[in-house]
Amino acid sequence: MAELEVRTATGTERARPLSPHLQIYKPMLTMVMSIVHRLTGAALYFGMLLLAWWLIAAASGPNAYAGFEWFMGSIIGQLVLFAYTWALLHHMLGGVRHLIWDTVHGFEPAEREMLTLATLIGSITLTLILWVVGYLVMGGPR
Amino acid sequence: MREPMHMRTSMRRVRGLGAAHSGTGHFWHQRVTSVAGIPLTIGLLLIITALLGRNHAAVVQILGSPIVAIVLLLFIINTAYHMWIGMQEIILDYVHEEKWKLLSLMANTFFVFAVSLASVYAILKLSFGV
Repeated sequence: MAELEVRTATGTERARPLSPHLQIYKPMLTMVMSIVHRLTGAALYFGMLLLAWWLIAAASGPNAYAGFEWFMGSIIGQLVLFAYTWALLHHMLGGVRHLIWDTVHGFEPAEREMLTLATLIGSITLTLILWVVGYLVMGGPR
Repeated sequence: MREPMHMRTSMRRVRGLGAAHSGTGHFWHQRVTSVAGIPLTIGLLLIITALLGRNHAAVVQILGSPIVAIVLLLFIINTAYHMWIGMQEIILDYVHEEKWKLLSLMANTFFVFAVSLASVYAILKLSFGV
């Protein structure tokens, strides 16, 4: 097990145990969603480049904007945009769950499972609804 | 050789520090920006949905209108701080070697400033023209 060297008050070195790392535990929904919250956060961090690209392209002119539209219309662009939509909604709902937990509510076993499942189902549902609406706004099947 | 004597108590070493040397301030700021992020994210998604399928001229006109531009500016500034804290937290969790820790924390700051200021500049240009 990993150990951390610390200096005690008397100046002598003493090995201190660290808490076991992730792989020790059996995966549970709350734990997986906690990891997913961090992963979606990190993905959204780099996803801000897309938002910046969109705004800069719009500010630059029709040619730059056409380039952005071309990428977003491509299969890769659509996949990235779909993943971005889900990551954003999932991180937002996961954040709401954490805010509820910050108030020291929802910690009973059934409650925390329900909250965690709700963020997953909610983010998938909202993403699909948003894309269906977007598809209809774009003019539906063409 | 004997360790140099110091009179500092454990409390002095702990107070206001932690891995980022800034105590629990970021914890609270992360909560504030997450609460603000909820309506702003909904606003962003509404704006993007409303702009789907529109040509460049229409997009420029709508992005430059005050309410839309203000919502986008608030989203970007709020998100910039939120993601800066979040990425710092990730770095402090996984990067322990002092040199790499400092470099990645610095890269985090540069990235956040570059991306958010570029976005803010684009919105201002769309709003004020030229």
